[in-house]
Amino acid sequence: MKFITLQNIRRTYSVFFFVLFVILIGITDFKNMKGYEVSLFLELDPLIAISSFLTSWTLYKGLALSLIIIITTLIFGRFFCSWICPMGILNQWISHFMNRKRPVDDYRINAYRPIFRFKYYLLALLLVVAAFGSLQIGLFDPISLITRSFSASLFPALNYSGVSLYLNQPLFYGGMFISFIFIALLFANRFISRFWCRVLCPLGALLGVLASRSILRIRRDVEKCTDCKKCLRYCHGACDPHTELRVSECHVCMNCIEDCPEDAIHYGIARENSSVHTPVDLNRRRLIETAVAGIFLLPMMKSVVTAESDPLHKVIRPPGSIAESEFLRRCIKCGECMRVCPTNVIQPALLESGFEGLWTPFLINKIGYCEYNCVLCSQVCPTGAIIPLSVEKKVGKGLFQKPLKIGTAFYDRGRCLPWAMHTECIVCEEVCPVSPKAVWFKTVEMETRNGDKKLLKLPHVEPELCIGCGICENKCPVHDHPAIRVSSIGETRSAVNQMILKT
Amino acid sequence: MSSKHFRKEPDITRRKFLSGTASTCALAAGAGLWGLLTYSEEPVRRTSDKIYTFKKFRMPESKDHPSLAIIHGTDIQKMADAALNKLGGMSRFISPGDRVLIKPNVGWDRQPEQAANSNPVLVGAIVDLCRKAKAAEVWVTDVSINDPYRSFARSGIQEAAEKSGGNIKFTTQNDFLLTDLKGKVLQVWPVSRYYHEADKVINIPIVKHHSLSKCTIAMKNWYGVLGGQRNRLHQDINTSIADLATAIRPTLTVVDATRVLVRNGPTGGNLSDVSIENTIVAGLDEIALDSYCLRFLDLKAEDVPFLTIGEIRGIGVTDWQSLDFVEMKV
Repeated sequence: MKFITLQNIRRTYSVFFFVLFVILIGITDFKNMKGYEVSLFLELDPLIAISSFLTSWTLYKGLALSLIIIITTLIFGRFFCSWICPMGILNQWISHFMNRKRPVDDYRINAYRPIFRFKYYLLALLLVVAAFGSLQIGLFDPISLITRSFSASLFPALNYSGVSLYLNQPLFYGGMFISFIFIALLFANRFISRFWCRVLCPLGALLGVLASRSILRIRRDVEKCTDCKKCLRYCHGACDPHTELRVSECHVCMNCIEDCPEDAIHYGIARENSSVHTPVDLNRRRLIETAVAGIFLLPMMKSVVTAESDPLHKVIRPPGSIAESEFLRRCIKCGECMRVCPTNVIQPALLESGFEGLWTPFLINKIGYCEYNCVLCSQVCPTGAIIPLSVEKKVGKGLFQKPLKIGTAFYDRGRCLPWAMHTECIVCEEVCPVSPKAVWFKTVEMETRNGDKKLLKLPHVEPELCIGCGICENKCPVHDHPAIRVSSIGETRSAVNQMILKT
Repeated sequence: MSSKHFRKEPDITRRKFLSGTASTCALAAGAGLWGLLTYSEEPVRRTSDKIYTFKKFRMPESKDHPSLAIIHGTDIQKMADAALNKLGGMSRFISPGDRVLIKPNVGWDRQPEQAANSNPVLVGAIVDLCRKAKAAEVWVTDVSINDPYRSFARSGIQEAAEKSGGNIKFTTQNDFLLTDLKGKVLQVWPVSRYYHEADKVINIPIVKHHSLSKCTIAMKNWYGVLGGQRNRLHQDINTSIADLATAIRPTLTVVDATRVLVRNGPTGGNLSDVSIENTIVAGLDEIALDSYCLRFLDLKAEDVPFLTIGEIRGIGVTDWQSLDFVEMKV
């Protein structure tokens, strides 16, 4: 038995990269981050790089790392899917456990099906939509999807079981939708093995297109081959290694090489008797239809009320977020910022900022608040939807004259204890982190119901000092619907969502 | 003509009939028993949690040593040593093998220079003194208002305490035990469980301005034992502070007045809010300690109602000069 085979090398890589992915998500917090490249997998992802390039014409910082995958795919084929991609590796393991059957079934399970073309049409649709300025790749990109599912669903679930990943149980707004989609995708392996990778994955489709130009490939010697089909049994990509291999489907898993009893399959450049390969299985007519559909889908998506057309007070973006229309063109809904937030205030939106904003980050101050000296969310964002901040820049010290505002706090005097109920309170003033405090009070003599005079401290907000961090809303004792609430107006990132003339 | 589905039940034996009937009767009896045992007029079964009370952390009074030590100086390590020496040494308070809980003020994600949290050097020095008095374990804890990981790291207290051999105890949402404070406004509240697991408690507050209670020093520092909705305490802050200080009587209190936050308390955030006073005050009587420290905030005991409430309850005296005190410079 040989141990150093290409198949075992691939197995080692897949375990390594999957463990690395879990570790990188695991250390995405204040205690352990210490400057590690925690968004590495998202930055390696060419689909994120290309589609965010289409929406805003830049290849942003770390996303240049995706060139490594583009170039190596052009040389080695679509190896990413079974060697590096945590979603692909996880689906492979799950489908392996869900489908242990007789060899005859494996041949059927790993046979190519026309439905596998679907991913190319999905890719075309997403790229067309991106080219016209809407970034919806985050819904289907495998790395975004698995990062979001791990951050907002799997890791909180582990915490619930008592494994202490966070101090308190993290809660996510509509988190169960994210969990349910993830579980459904994994369970789909029961019906079509590697359903995600073979049918849906737009990154796989993109790499498949690139791989159709690859130099090194799996090649079958037509003279040695006896058509026994054993190569098909453990095939990851369902790429027909027993006939004219579909290069764009092949994950270069190397299983067929080890399974071939005749030693007829090798990985490399063509030899004398190598078989021809099948090109990408695409119907030009369908492709054009998809592109046209994308062109029609776009104005439909843009005709939805968004946070920009109707500035919804609830849509408070993390500090460092760029202006809303640009933000939606950069955010891939990966959930890194939600994972790293120490107070759990960053939450996945549902339809608050329009359909395009599904699962984009927004702040719910009743769950947490924006920690004054914290800039972690801006440091993990791989696409620059949140640009990197320093603490000085955020709080407005040193060279920076003004602090960064994410919103402004307003009193609801009908609910505020001193204003409405002649009860002492001003917790909001106590916790206000800016100096001088944005919450100030006036001591006023008020008359109570029975005519008694009572000195009360009545709180007010100084809009120029308020940064919208929301700790006042979070700590307000009227906590079901706080008497002081932050809304997005006055946010530094927006030129239009402003109220005060002098700023 | 016979049916297409022609499989017949086999003839039954006496043994089978009896055993089958017996198991059916047993299930029926089980159902009846279940109903009998669990029938209730209440929709939900309530389990009553154990309600804890604070144990006695104080050592007996001693006539041989002063009960208040005021130390001025710049070397905090030496000041802490001197303060404890004057009070009779740490061994007067800590017995070998004790588990000591230290409660500094670590409420905020701020640097030591901003004087929102207790001085880390002082915390480190006290941990060290406890270790030298052969304490088995020294725990340092607080229920921070900002993110606790950040607060303990940024305040320098985590590093200082761990360097001197202490352990940081973070309080998660599961680390609270219902405790009866037996106060006028505070009765049963969730309290950090470490207070029920420790033998001795040392309070290390910092002197800060506070808009509603005027000042936060030793007595107000006990807010940091509570979980739950403690923001409601502001509605009767003076009685709440007095209730807390009556419920928890620490073994020893060491007040940090090396840096004093005179404005924008209790968060601060600006170095111009900080006044350097280079003083630590150690003692047993929290009201006397608070009363002495009012000078740093330009306040008098009459301005601070919770001191008077506490004095009436007999937990201390506002006239600190009436106590046996020492004041020195190191």
